[in-house]
Parts: sequence; structure tokens; C-alpha cells
Amino acid sequence: MAKLPTTSGTRPRGTRAETTEAPATAPQRNKLQETGVSTIDWLDERTSLSAGARWMMFRKIPKGTNWFYTLGSATMFAFLSQAVTGVFLAMYYDPSATRAYESVRFLTNEVFLGEFVRGMHKWGSTVMVILIFLHMARTFFFGAYKYPRELNWVIGVVLLILTLAMSFTGYLLPFDQRSYWATTVGVAINGTGPLVGPYLSDFLRAGPEFGATTLARFYAIHMLLLPGIIAAMIGAHLYLVARLGTTAPPWIRAESSPELREDSK
Amino acid sequence: MNQLEKEAYLREYSLLKSKGKPFFPYAVAKDGWMAVIVMVTIILMSLTLGAELGPKVDPTTTTYVPRPEWYFFFLFEVLRIIKPPSLVPLAAIGVPSLCMILLFLLPFYDRSPERRPERRPIAMAAAFLTIAAMAFLTYEGANAGSPNQIDMEPPPSVMAGGEEAIRAFEAGKQVVAQSGCLACHKIGENGNTGPGPDLSEIGGRLPRQAIARTLVNPTAPMPPYVDLPDEKRDNLVEFLAQLK
Ligand code: HEC
Ligand code: HEM
Repeated sequence: MAKLPTTSGTRPRGTRAETTEAPATAPQRNKLQETGVSTIDWLDERTSLSAGARWMMFRKIPKGTNWFYTLGSATMFAFLSQAVTGVFLAMYYDPSATRAYESVRFLTNEVFLGEFVRGMHKWGSTVMVILIFLHMARTFFFGAYKYPRELNWVIGVVLLILTLAMSFTGYLLPFDQRSYWATTVGVAINGTGPLVGPYLSDFLRAGPEFGATTLARFYAIHMLLLPGIIAAMIGAHLYLVARLGTTAPPWIRAESSPELREDSK
Repeated sequence: MNQLEKEAYLREYSLLKSKGKPFFPYAVAKDGWMAVIVMVTIILMSLTLGAELGPKVDPTTTTYVPRPEWYFFFLFEVLRIIKPPSLVPLAAIGVPSLCMILLFLLPFYDRSPERRPERRPIAMAAAFLTIAAMAFLTYEGANAGSPNQIDMEPPPSVMAGGEEAIRAFEAGKQVVAQSGCLACHKIGENGNTGPGPDLSEIGGRLPRQAIARTLVNPTAPMPPYVDLPDEKRDNLVEFLAQLK
């Protein structure tokens, strides 16, 4: 253990070159590349991940693939943004009927960038819902739900329902008038049911008790259960996308000539 | 799709795919741009629109118009349009589940091999009808009052009574709204025409005591409201008695 020949002088310089991307001299670049390659080799020897990554990244996408095909991944980015901002909100949120509102008020008014992050989460949900509908419309109009991608459509519908459920459960959490009454509307609609309706709604509404358990339950569903299922479902969805390949736009034909010909639209 | 059509599709698709470009970096670049656009949009919306926090929960008011997130408006509008109480369960549970089942099963009942939109007239008609219906319902829902809210100006006799009378009127209005009376009664422009009689002019028809008695000891199918706190009952009776 007396000598570690490469580390003494080169490691710090090498790291700096990596982070600042300063032009490195040839021998340094080689050493750097070597380090990178050997790290990946080390990982790959133990996980065989690179085959999977290559399978995912270097699969071919048919010619004609256009911007409409980015709507799915855009939805995924919106979801990731929701996950990240949600973690920051969870650091301050307190799901008890008495303190929920105060914790959100504190987050919004006092915490550094609190309102900004809450705004991102709030508007991110709108963006995600719009994107998921656009993505669904794209797959519908392109006939992408047909053989062999039926299952991916079904998983997609599950994702749609889960996304809407996220929105519904999240809406109650700030526990202000708007969220409380919106959630109570459902209860009030029960109240219009025949005969037992009014009793049912009184029972469900039951004063402040409405919040005590409902809020904690909504919170657990919103930040643990649904995101977990959504993440798993997105995984399955993307696996199938890579496995089956994305469709070509329906008006692209391959049959006639080696040249791809665009049918009259 | 029968076996032949499936094979034809797979053959055609593998040809198309073999002529395509690799996912990385071509599609990744587009997806990356899209991710940037999404993030910038969210950030700009957050900066310009903010994250308002409404007033704290107060379960004793209904003056507040309950509003779901806008993309649920269409659903609430369905619930609002379908008025007869016997149909409400259908609206609340039936319509959405039916739509979801139809959506789920789409690939299993639309089995034709045709993918080009202009050659799928039924699918396109259904899609545009759905989009139009949802847009219409969302628009209507956005402009609708809430199901447990009463839109009603105090009548002139109350206005003449000054601030005190108006406050009592508003308080009673809230109790009526909260208690689900509108499920069976019409008051002004609000509520259902039946099974109970129109209450828009009840104050001219029934004396105060009779109204109070009806609440405690009504004729079926109207449920008794014996558990109403005295103050709320007084407000309610006062409100109804003023409707002339
Ligand atoms: C389940 C439906 C239902 C609900 C809910 C309901 N009512 Fe009624 N109500 C009726 C029916 C039916 C009658 C007619 C009974 C009769 O013929 O005597 C009635 C009668 C009345 C009358 C007497 C009207 C008259 O012209 O004689 C009053 C006053 C009244 N209701 C007030 C209320 C109030 C206030 C509420 C809410 C707190 C309410 N009702 C909730 C069904 C209902
Ligand atoms: C959280 C929500 C969702 C995410 C993150 C997501 C993600 C993706 C991605 C990245 C693709 C690759 C191609 C593309 O982007 O267009 C894709 C394809 C697909 N998605 Fe989704 N999706 C979601 C919801 C949905 C929904 C709601 C549906 C329909 C009901 C759906 C149906 C499909 C289908 C059929 C394909 C195959 C398209 C093709 O091969 O051309 N997805 N999805």
C-alpha cells in the first residue's frame, strides 16, 4: 500500500477537467476516459445494465416520427416535476385538520420560494392533465392502440384514471374553503339522492370530523399510494413502448419502393 | 384484425423500423426540447399565476361557491344536468364508469386494421363528438352555480327591513342550501321541481308556525329536520316566511 501511482497528482486535475469541461491535454483525456470506461465496465460486469440501456436507447424509431410523439415523454416529465416539487411540499405539510391550513399558509408566505414551488406543483398538475389528454388523443388519432399495442392503451387508461385521482386527492390538501367545498360537492350531490340522500350527506359532512380522518387518508393516498402505482405503470408502459416500438404515422407506407413514399394525405 | 392482417402489419412495420433512425439521439433530442418547454411552461405559470391560498375552511358557510379543478367541470356539469333524484346515482356513477369502460375496451371493439384517420369515419365522428361534448360541458360547468347554492336576491320587503333583515335572510338561505331542501323543492330559479311543492312563495301560503311544524313533523317523503340546531331552524323559518 505504499504507492498509489495514478491518484497522487492526476485525480484532482482530472476531476476538475470533468466538471468544467476545460480542454484537457491528450494524456489527461485518455486517463479520464479510461477511468470512465473502467467504472462502467465495473458496473456492467456486476449488473449487465448496459445491454438494457443500449436496447432502450439505440432501438430504431420508424421514419416519419414527428413532434406529436414527444407528448408521452412530456407527460412523464410533468409527472417527474410533480414528484420533485411534491417532496419539497411534503417537508412542510401537516395533514391534520387543525394544522393543515396553517402549514400551507406558512409554506406559501414564509418559506423561501415556498409559493413558487407550490405554484409549480399546482400548475404542473394542470399541465400534466392537458398533456396526458393530448397524448391520448395522439395515440387515438394515429390508431396506435391497435394490434399489437392494445395492452399499452389499457395501461394508458389506468394511468389516466390514476392521474385524475391524484388531482382529486390533492385538491383537498390545502384545506382552504375552495378545496373543502369542492370535495363537499360530491357529498352534496349525494344529498340530492332520493330519501336517504339528505341523511347521507349530513352523515358524510358531519362538521369538523369531516376533516380529521379524511385529510390524513387523502394525504397518504396522494403522496404514497398513487405515485407509487403511477411510477410502476409508467415503467410497464415504457417497457412495452420499447418492446413493440412506436408506431409510424398512419399515412407512411413502406411497401411500394425502397424509397419511403408519403401517401396523398 | 385477422392473422393475415396482423402479419402484414408486422412485416410493414419492421420495414419502416429498419429504415428509421435510432432513438438516441434523434428522438431523445426532441423529447429533451419538449421537456424544456414543459418545465418552462410550469415555471412561468407558477411565477405569473402564483399559488393562492383561499380563506381557511369554514364548514358553516355555503356562500362559498365550491369549485372543482377546472378539468372536472364537465363531470360536475353532468351531475347538475341530470336532475331527477332517481337518476342521480346513474349520473354520479353510471355515466363516468360507462365512459371509462368504453375507453378501456377501445382496442377490443375497434378491431379494424385501418389506421388512417380519414378512413375511420366512425372513430373520428365519435372522437369529435366526445371532444365537443366535453368542451361544451366544461364551458357550462365553468359558468354554473354550485348544486348547493341558492342564487337569490332578497325580495324588496326584506331590503326595506335594513341590514339586520338582510343578514337574517342570507343566514336562512345558507341553511336551506346546506340542508338539501333543493333536492325536492324549487326556490326561485334553484332546485328541482318535485317531489315537493315549489317554495318560491311559501311565505304567502303558509304561516310561520306551520312552516316550523312542517320541518319537525312533515308528510312523507319529506324527512323530518328535528336535529337542526334552534338558531339554524329559526333562520330557516324566517327565510321561508319572507318568500312571498
Ligand atoms: C325528500 C324530499 C324533500 C326534502 C329533502 C325536503 N322536502 Fe319539504 N316537502 C317534500 C314533500 C314531498 C312535501 C309535500 C308534503 C305534503 O304534501 O304535505 C314537502 C312539503 C314542504 C313544505 C310545506 C309546503 C306546502 O306548501 O305545504 C315546506 C315548508 C317544506 N317542505 C320545507 C322544506 C325545507 C325547508 C326543506 C329543507 C330543510 C325540505 N322541505 C326538504 C319533500 C321534501
Ligand atoms: C402518466 C401518463 C403517461 C405517460 C408518462 C406516457 C408515456 C408514453 C411514452 C413516453 C410513449 C412513447 C411514444 C410517445 O411519447 O408518444 C407512450 C406511448 C403510448 N401511450 Fe402513453 N403515456 C401516458 C399515458 C397514456 C394514456 C392515458 C394512454 C391512452 C389511453 C396512452 C397510450 C399510449 C399508447 C397506445 C402508446 C403507443 C404509441 C405508439 O406506439 O405510437 N398513454 N406513452
